[in-house]
Amino acid sequence: MKDQNIINLKDIVVEFDGERVLNGLNLFIRDKEFVTLLGPSGCGKTTTLRIIAGFVEPQSGDVLFDSKKINGVPPYKRPVNTIFQRYALFPHLNVYENIAFGLRINKTPEKEIKERVSEMLKLVNLEGFEKRSVSKLSGGQQQRVAIARAVINKPKVLLLDEPLAALDLKLRQSMQLELKKIQQSLGITFVYVTHDQEEALSMSDIIVVMNNGEIQQIGTPTDIYNEPKNAFVADFIGESNIIDGVMNKDFYVTFAGVGFDCVDKGFEENQPVDVVVRPEDIKVVSPDEGQLVATVESCIFKGVHYEMIMDQEGYKWMVHSTKAENVGDQVGIKILPDDIHIMNKSKVEIYSDDAGEGENN
Amino acid sequence: MRKRVATPYMIWMLIFIIVPLVMVVYFAFTSSSGGFTFDNIIKVKEYTGQFLQSFKIGAISTVICLILGYPMAAIISRSREHVQRTLVMLCMIPMWMNFLLRTYSWMTLLENNGIINNILEYFHLPRLQMINTEGAIILGMVYNFLPFMIMPIYSVMAKIDYRLIEAAQDLGCNSFAVVRRVILPLSVPGVISGITMVFVPSASTFIISKLLGGGDMMIGDIIEAQIQGGANNLNLGAAISLVLMVVVLITMAIMNIFGDTESEVSLI
Repeated sequence: MKDQNIINLKDIVVEFDGERVLNGLNLFIRDKEFVTLLGPSGCGKTTTLRIIAGFVEPQSGDVLFDSKKINGVPPYKRPVNTIFQRYALFPHLNVYENIAFGLRINKTPEKEIKERVSEMLKLVNLEGFEKRSVSKLSGGQQQRVAIARAVINKPKVLLLDEPLAALDLKLRQSMQLELKKIQQSLGITFVYVTHDQEEALSMSDIIVVMNNGEIQQIGTPTDIYNEPKNAFVADFIGESNIIDGVMNKDFYVTFAGVGFDCVDKGFEENQPVDVVVRPEDIKVVSPDEGQLVATVESCIFKGVHYEMIMDQEGYKWMVHSTKAENVGDQVGIKILPDDIHIMNKSKVEIYSDDAGEGENN
Repeated sequence: MRKRVATPYMIWMLIFIIVPLVMVVYFAFTSSSGGFTFDNIIKVKEYTGQFLQSFKIGAISTVICLILGYPMAAIISRSREHVQRTLVMLCMIPMWMNFLLRTYSWMTLLENNGIINNILEYFHLPRLQMINTEGAIILGMVYNFLPFMIMPIYSVMAKIDYRLIEAAQDLGCNSFAVVRRVILPLSVPGVISGITMVFVPSASTFIISKLLGGGDMMIGDIIEAQIQGGANNLNLGAAISLVLMVVVLITMAIMNIFGDTESEVSLI
């Protein structure tokens, strides 16, 4: 079990100017996995990445690489490479020399450099661009050069710091697929930092949701989406209705003034909880069939679905449905036990046991 | 509208740049009686020695300024912001005082009966001949022109994106390799303008060489002598100036080509 953890962060604490950026972070990353650190800006995800790269030294805690402690090892001696935000390509070098940079530093023979650079250019679809100046490339092409420049060194771990943030939506989506393909074909570990939950969900094997310098939840994309561990995760990953509720007993919860069957247990009797319901999990039925009765307040066409806001005695429900309702109509709302997610009010218990990727105290 | 705004500047340039240049050319190609002649230009050949001497002293001063200024610029550009401001200020403060006054102060320091020699005598050490030497001229030039080397290099270096340095470290560069492979090539434009800003005034100076060097070592002194001094040959002075200007222009052109290929060489 230990052997397959390529990176292990233990009790990492980082402070900048007295402000705590990472608060006792524990995380392990398995070999050959695509791990995404996801969170709002200032949550500590980039700092975590920079600790692995060696640009930030934690005030306390251990950084292990292949079970060896690498605290204090300078960046240039670490078997990791980084793709920087906005790429940081060398403006004085052309495409070929940018990609060959790492190999030149290692005094690789010229013939091998040539072979490996052309291999890389093929991998990132930039054949024929060798002599181009990097400043004359489009954002997407610069991105590809940055990938090639990092990957050519055959790092054990590739660190990606919001690499797609500067690209437009269409390009971002195609680069997501491409990155995933590159990761699979090279078989190296990717640690990917983003604030874009969609990006995280579509590319990752494992998502680490962070907030305020602490890990909120670790799990597979489906785990994180379907079983958010607390209100923050639920709110950050996709859109959610989050309401106060009371867990009357096992498998039974009251919220919005009505009792519902649910699939959760193990809470104290009448414990106040957060209840999360995804907008697409709410079924709109006729008023007499519904568990709740609401009035349609607005209805906006979003392409794949209609986004509706429904008012039920002051509770606002966001509902996604492929069928539009008339504004002002009375409708019934039905929520199945499976679609009700119960969360502790405080964010104490956030360790994802089924994912087994890490822990947080 | 745009044209009207530019007009005063055009007039300024016409009066203070174009007209004097035309006059230099006119005097260079005329005799004292006013007739067209090549004699002045031909006579410039006699001063080849001073030309070479000037370029040598200018080149030595420029190299010393570069050796001192480059690390200084690097240190300033890597300091914290308020330290940066202070250091830039310290570089500029001497320039608030008149150039002539500063050079005169060096004179009083270096003279045979100057402050340094008096101190040496007090400790019963032999007096040194410092004034009227090549060394004194070079010292004066380095002292006066060093800020012109530091500032352009500093401003280019301060603009180097810090992430490029991190990227280089990430790709395996230790500090030495970061400097050689990233900082040095990216600061070439600053170095070139620094060299230009130091070399041109050094090679053509006359005040520093007159006050600290005795007054006949450099081509600037000769020109001054033709125009103001005893020689009083305006036409020859104009001719020497013209040749000096052309030579400097050619040097700078070569310099710039060298600068361009420099960055291209590292491209290949």
